[in-house]
Amino acid sequence: MPSHLSRRCFLQAATTVTASSALNLRAATPPRQLKIAHTTQTHSICPYCAVGCSVVIHTLGDKARNVTPTVVHVEGDPDSPINRGTLCSKGIALKEFIVNDQRLTRPLYRAPGTAGWTPISWEQAVDRMARLIKQTRDRGFEENDSDGRLVNRLANVGLIGGCTDTNEINFLLSKFRFGVGILSYENQSRL
Amino acid sequence: MTNGWTDVANADVVLVMGGNPAENHPVGFRFVMEAKRTRKAKLVCIDPRFNRTAALSDCYVPIRAGSDIAFLGGLIHYALSHKRYHADYVRLHTNASFLIQEGFGFSDGYFSGWDSGQHRYDKSSWQYELDSQGYAKVDPRLEHPRCVFQLMQKHYSRYTPEQVASICGCSAEAFVRSAEIVCSTGTPDRCGTMLYALGWTQHSHSVQLIHAAAMLQLLLGNIGVPGGGVNAQRGHSNIQGATDMGSWDSLPGYLKVPRAQQTSLAGYLKDATPQPLRPDAMNYWSNAPKFMVSLLTAYYKDRATQENDFGYHYLPKIGTTDNHSWGYLFDRMYAGQIEGLISFGMNPVANGPNSLKMIQALGKLKWLIVVENFETETAAFWNAQKLAAKEYPNVVDSSGVATEVFLLPAACFAEKDGSFVNSSRWVQWKHAALDPPGLAKRDQEIIAALLLKLQELYRREGGVASEPLLSMSWNYAHPLSPSLEEVAKEINGRETLTGRQLSSFGELKDDGSTSCGNWLYSGSITDEGNQMARRGQEDPTGLGFFPGWSWNWPANRRVLYNRASADGDGKPWDASRAALHWNGQKWVGDVPDTKVDAPPSRFGAFIMLREGVAKLFAPDFAEGPFPEHYEPAESPVTNVLHPNVNSNPLAKIFHSDLDSLGSPKEYPYVALTYRLTEHFHYWTKHVQASSALQPTFFVELPEELASEKGIESGDRVRIKSARGHVEGQALVTRRMRSLKVNGRAVYQVGLPIHWGFVGRVKGPLINNLSPSVLDPNSGTPEYKGFLVNVEKV
Amino acid sequence: MSLPYTVAKLIDTSSCIGCKACEVACQEWNDQEFTLGTGGSYQTLPDLAHHFWNLIKFNETQHDGGLAWNMAKYQCMHCLDPGCLRACPAPGAIVVLPNGTVDFNHDSCIGCGYCITGCPFDVPRLSPKSSKVYKCTLCSDRTAVGLEPACIKACPTHCLSFGKREDMLGEAERRAEQLRNDGFLRAGVYNPAGVGGTNVIYVLARADHPEAYGLPANPQIPWTVSLWKGPLKWLGNLVLLGGILGTFFHYVRYGPRRAHDRQA
Repeated sequence: MPSHLSRRCFLQAATTVTASSALNLRAATPPRQLKIAHTTQTHSICPYCAVGCSVVIHTLGDKARNVTPTVVHVEGDPDSPINRGTLCSKGIALKEFIVNDQRLTRPLYRAPGTAGWTPISWEQAVDRMARLIKQTRDRGFEENDSDGRLVNRLANVGLIGGCTDTNEINFLLSKFRFGVGILSYENQSRL
Repeated sequence: MTNGWTDVANADVVLVMGGNPAENHPVGFRFVMEAKRTRKAKLVCIDPRFNRTAALSDCYVPIRAGSDIAFLGGLIHYALSHKRYHADYVRLHTNASFLIQEGFGFSDGYFSGWDSGQHRYDKSSWQYELDSQGYAKVDPRLEHPRCVFQLMQKHYSRYTPEQVASICGCSAEAFVRSAEIVCSTGTPDRCGTMLYALGWTQHSHSVQLIHAAAMLQLLLGNIGVPGGGVNAQRGHSNIQGATDMGSWDSLPGYLKVPRAQQTSLAGYLKDATPQPLRPDAMNYWSNAPKFMVSLLTAYYKDRATQENDFGYHYLPKIGTTDNHSWGYLFDRMYAGQIEGLISFGMNPVANGPNSLKMIQALGKLKWLIVVENFETETAAFWNAQKLAAKEYPNVVDSSGVATEVFLLPAACFAEKDGSFVNSSRWVQWKHAALDPPGLAKRDQEIIAALLLKLQELYRREGGVASEPLLSMSWNYAHPLSPSLEEVAKEINGRETLTGRQLSSFGELKDDGSTSCGNWLYSGSITDEGNQMARRGQEDPTGLGFFPGWSWNWPANRRVLYNRASADGDGKPWDASRAALHWNGQKWVGDVPDTKVDAPPSRFGAFIMLREGVAKLFAPDFAEGPFPEHYEPAESPVTNVLHPNVNSNPLAKIFHSDLDSLGSPKEYPYVALTYRLTEHFHYWTKHVQASSALQPTFFVELPEELASEKGIESGDRVRIKSARGHVEGQALVTRRMRSLKVNGRAVYQVGLPIHWGFVGRVKGPLINNLSPSVLDPNSGTPEYKGFLVNVEKV
Repeated sequence: MSLPYTVAKLIDTSSCIGCKACEVACQEWNDQEFTLGTGGSYQTLPDLAHHFWNLIKFNETQHDGGLAWNMAKYQCMHCLDPGCLRACPAPGAIVVLPNGTVDFNHDSCIGCGYCITGCPFDVPRLSPKSSKVYKCTLCSDRTAVGLEPACIKACPTHCLSFGKREDMLGEAERRAEQLRNDGFLRAGVYNPAGVGGTNVIYVLARADHPEAYGLPANPQIPWTVSLWKGPLKWLGNLVLLGGILGTFFHYVRYGPRRAHDRQA
């Protein structure tokens, strides 16, 4: 018997060993409890490739007023004819995409020539961005081309993105684009 | 995809080429495995690398990156010369019988009509011979020397197995082995599918490559049938939907953005409304005026009137021959002609060709707005000197970058509702699970804030051309935070007077009495409810159509061109795989891709085309009506078919000081870029799980090359191109081998893409190496098959 | 509530694409920390770890003259005669649930590592932090409520299946048969007898060469372990009996422990 074992340890060990030698080592219940037993389930679609797997997002709590939901688990949706509950290694790790300490949580601003980000309020940011867009648009907007034809176009601003966003957002972007008159409107499908 | 993921399980042969679904679409690949398991389907994999898909294939053939058209041309030749094509299908459903005008030809690498001064084609000799009524003349026996079938046979007679082998670097025997399997589907009772991805689209001849694939599938009778099709495995969750909603030259629903010469709506609609080329062509685009006027009505609401051409004049008009696509945008930006860029979830520094040019171009902007979940290389481009000094020794430090940058926190997918379209065109609605973190906003709130503020400034202060801006409608119940269901309803369309949601695009009118944001989505959210959110799991045909799950554009049709799955009498080519059949009164099965009660002989199967049938010969493209093998812009070998015209004569090559091309002498190896299964693009380097699975950039090298250079797995190597360099660990493998191309050994180097200078794990941006060379039709860069050199560090 | 029958996992290596969904599903479900591997390889880590219980092994080999890239999931085999259990001296630390799961109970684990010696598949791993041994639990918390293990649910290609052991064995034989019909003449089922059979069953295209998939050819419980729980067990019981008697006499001789003992 190792010297650091106290007399009590020896007693405990001796008793349990003796007791269990009479027991079958088959246990009836596992040592852990199910972590998604009472979560709220929301149906969503994986944001990665375009197979379009359905996922179930498990959030903390039962939607009661006083609960702030956080994602505790993401799993494949077995009802989807596409993935029938399966997912790939990226989809199964979606929880960490959503709950991630590297997520951006406030608007950031980088002034010309400076070496870092500074926080900025949404109000300040929107005011400044709208001002810059207006200045650029007023400078670059072409109402008539060199042949005098009405063309109402803006060639000095680009608008890109949208292929990981919903159809509805893309439609709103098209409204923004045509409202402003932007010609260079592109997304990832070009690449 | 013409078909869909679930439909792949219906195939007898699956040809995977230009894609690697086991790696990049693992869940989609499950239908390949289903086909193998339940139908004993054969999987054929043609790829430069013995990849994950190859590991499970029944037949693998290695080829050189950029030689795909030669391989497909070889398959076309094989099908024709061995009479393996589906003759009845070809006669009924393609333009094989159409006569082409006199004067059409191909010699020494050029089709007829090449104008070397203008550096473009005069396409007049590529047109059909028309009769007095304006219809194309046909020879149903396919014997006329100028019919498409004969011309095609002649064009591809050069693509013998031996020629294919010498261009692609495989053996002729291996080619024939694969050809036997692929062409086994040229009978009515067998069908084959093709799965491709960016391995086909990222070439300077990519559109013709996919044209070649479509030709082969048409010859084999595999278009429109369950288990068939040409299927693009798209790489982003809603890249299909984003494309459906427009790009630089398209409006929502693939209507064209007007050009400067289209000075009135009538002029625009005249150009947008094609004339049929055969009496039985349904010519569905003749409905373009209804789509366009309904879209204008959705955009401009009560400001759209008959009198003002429904607001047509507010739309920007592109210069007649101008191009504002991706490559051109960044080239102009680098030239200092662009002042501002707004990026919603896109990362050009990482995913544009030639990252250094992207960084330098962004530095010429006055302002940049980036809306993102995470900081990206694009948002932090001004700090590249500090974050990646080794890769960009010549960029200035942040004090020298005058661009004003906004980085706005956006909600991620789980924090927003709305719809995504998958590769199968299934429009699936998702629900929001929680609120965005901190001060992050939903994208609709960010767009609304910017547009409404801008409108307010113009209203208050005036400015240049305020009318087009102020006329764009934004009359949502909550203008600062529009509900996406409300926007979805606007896209679906409604009767303007009653507000009734339309049930399909068949209800659209060209007089302003209907509004519709995208005709393809009409029927997606009707008075019966949100069809995109449906969760029905029944599969009445047993063919995996699942008509009650979500909603499929167009019209909930699961297989495009499904009319072609039946013969001239409306009888399915294969009764066990009947997408449709004519029961004497109407078409039954999938939602028919023809008029439901039109007898089989009434309309051709390809209702969107003026021909009414599919185009083997397609005068639409820049570089020829038949696909021809051209080398990549940077190639280690001479084009053996026509040494004087090595690469695509119409490939767009930019010529700024950062756009050099390399010679094979300096850069002897062929490089290809690709994704790994562990990562999604440039996103998951922020995710611990994915980063742990693949933490570092590595380079895959063939054993023979590695031993020549004394490189072992784990050694650090430097890869250089004429644009830049990257460094990483070598992974020496037998899965990439030396290929014998035109009598000499050619090595390929494999470069996974996922790292950058921002993220939980970091590594070089692979696009430091790639060239700004574009396909002339699609504007997609040549990320596959450019030249590099390799050295041990 | 537990399932009233023995369950098994089937791993059909001929359908494995090495997508690692099972690896990540295991980590996510069990809230395991991901540590960065060395990279530069398709295989995530060289071997299993105390916080990484499910590894896809990648092997480039030659099969019948051609190149083969074998990918196969590696994990606890949930043996019918578990070497780990035979070796374990801590009662209740290793338990066999009624559905056949071999599960570790960390409250009882004493960290001696004997189970590592006892395992012919080299699966259990000692955590340097907690000094306890870890391995796949067959998601006993999920199976207890009637759910399938996390890896099973995630697998996209149906390479993994889960169900009653007899159903899985039948399915395994069917798939092996199909492989033989497809020309893989040496295809078969891996359910090694040396450990009494396993509740993790493989279908291998080359059943004659399990090493090509990272599996031992003929796993046996080490003789030292068999001895330890065989003849030596009786010897051990004698020692225990001696201990109990000693305790009894100790109590009789010195009486109950007093409070100040606690400060000792």
